[in-house]
Amino acid sequence: MGKRRFDVTTLPGFTFIAITAFVLLYAPIFTLVIYSFNGGNSVNVWGGFSLKWYAIAAQNEAVQSAAIRSVIIAVSASGIATTVATMAALGTTRRGRFKGQTAIYIMINQPLMVPEIVTAVALLIFFSSIKIATGYTGLGYLILAHAAFCVPFAYLPIRARLEGMDMTMETAAADLYASPWQTFRYVTLPLLMPGVIAGAMLAFVISLDDVIITEFVKSAGQDTLPTYMLGQLRRALTPEVNAISTVLLALTVVILTAFFLITRKRD
Amino acid sequence: MSETIAVAARNVGKVFGAGAHTFTALGDVSIEIEKGEFFTLLGPSGCGKTTLLRCIAGFETPTTGTIELSGRDITHTPPNKRPVNTVFQSYALFPHLTVAENLGFGLKMLGKSRTEIDTSVARVLALVQMQAFADRLPQQLSGGQQQRVALARALAPEPQVLLLDEPLSALDLKLRKEMQGELKRLQIETGITFLFVTHDQEEALTMSNRIGVMSAGALLQVGTPHDIYERPVSRFVADFIGETNFLEATVEDGGVRLGSGDVLAVPPSGRTGTVTLAIRPEQIKIGQDGLSARVVATTYLGTDTHYTLALSDHSTLVARVQSNSGADLKPGDAVHVTIDAQSVQVLAT
Repeated sequence: MGKRRFDVTTLPGFTFIAITAFVLLYAPIFTLVIYSFNGGNSVNVWGGFSLKWYAIAAQNEAVQSAAIRSVIIAVSASGIATTVATMAALGTTRRGRFKGQTAIYIMINQPLMVPEIVTAVALLIFFSSIKIATGYTGLGYLILAHAAFCVPFAYLPIRARLEGMDMTMETAAADLYASPWQTFRYVTLPLLMPGVIAGAMLAFVISLDDVIITEFVKSAGQDTLPTYMLGQLRRALTPEVNAISTVLLALTVVILTAFFLITRKRD
Repeated sequence: MSETIAVAARNVGKVFGAGAHTFTALGDVSIEIEKGEFFTLLGPSGCGKTTLLRCIAGFETPTTGTIELSGRDITHTPPNKRPVNTVFQSYALFPHLTVAENLGFGLKMLGKSRTEIDTSVARVLALVQMQAFADRLPQQLSGGQQQRVALARALAPEPQVLLLDEPLSALDLKLRKEMQGELKRLQIETGITFLFVTHDQEEALTMSNRIGVMSAGALLQVGTPHDIYERPVSRFVADFIGETNFLEATVEDGGVRLGSGDVLAVPPSGRTGTVTLAIRPEQIKIGQDGLSARVVATTYLGTDTHYTLALSDHSTLVARVQSNSGADLKPGDAVHVTIDAQSVQVLAT
């Protein structure tokens, strides 16, 4: 009799634990989404179906400006992070192994490992001295801070794509008279595009829902949607917060679905 | 003199790695390839033939020596500035570009006009009979079709030399035979110098004007297919090209004495003492007179039959006989063989 391969799904209670885990993960989110359609004023007492909190949120000028600010920051930060990450990925894959390669990987992925609160405090101190020295208090600080922690999220899919890409493509381009820049422009970048798009989308989503670093770095009147919602907690909570959260959730789901479709199509 | 030389490698050496972990891919190779020639570098994998090709293409820089193209030193010229194109073993077609865009890539990078590119693309598409596939993507083509596109792409910019890195190795036998004829036809039609790299001796013999046999980073012999086959300079070359019998012998006045005591009147070779004789299976005739031998084994190969024969000292020889010659021998039969002494190669042991 041959040994059966170990299979976790045959263990007693597997189905029960799996279902419980999923319920615990998704029940609160479902509740949040359901109460965003609440006609009453409470986030946990049902008062009939209504879209009124969506309308209230949409008309709230604070929400509007926070949403616009969130998008500006996320677009700029993911753009910067993707550019930097693409260069980093090219530098770490398009050449032989080099001394200190592991150290470079760790340094690029640092934001994934260092506690966010540490980075937040460090940036607060660092930026406040720059603010004093220059007098500039615009969105630039938030954009730079977001770009910094978005780099590893953009870097990982781009590097994965590059590692799966045959170097002979670039060799063939050089053989056919393409300069290093033309090789990048006409061969490497088009082939890398699915990775770049995936990386940019991931960075966008990560930037969009950041709270900790934003809360520390923002100047007065620079609320993003998540920090605005955090501020609302100190007052009476209305389903308006649920409505905003649901919109953010829907946006994230759409982007992440697109991300998976793009990365899967090429495999 | 140098006007007839397309490519020359002069004392080219290539060492990979550094410190204690070095690997010498090329020793000290010198070679001259003439314009309009179909030249083949032949050798087992790891012999340095692809490294030499990559040095000529510009993908590797030789550690020592120089590469010349039409008499111009290009040793340190980057690949995109060399009028040389490569057909890659993996084809390396750009998957995001159509066949026509792949073919026009080189000319586009050279800054040619739209009309010039279109004319050249149409010309090379016709050359490889792929006109119907201009708008396909590479992954929509069969292996043989991709091969033709790779060939056409490298020919489109009309390079001074076309480098081919084992381009047929991924094709099945029938397609490979077809492409051999096709390559030879293209070379004659275009008049471009072809430098072909392969480990397949048959490919080398059928297509080449000249062959360079390589082993362990060294060029052992350069010559026409006929030269290489009939007059190999070393045991390695004789063994690598075609089938060969090797016999130990001692040089005497007027010939060589085999281990069996028989004397063969081979042409003077200038060698003395113990030598190795290289004898092709088709140079051994089974008949009524000559050396006595015994049939050890027979192998039927269709047109030919191979007889493994043992001489009186138990040294063995393989003789190739046409199957319809009437000689129907069985293991154990006593026979007499004659060896065409004029065609025997006397090699160092």
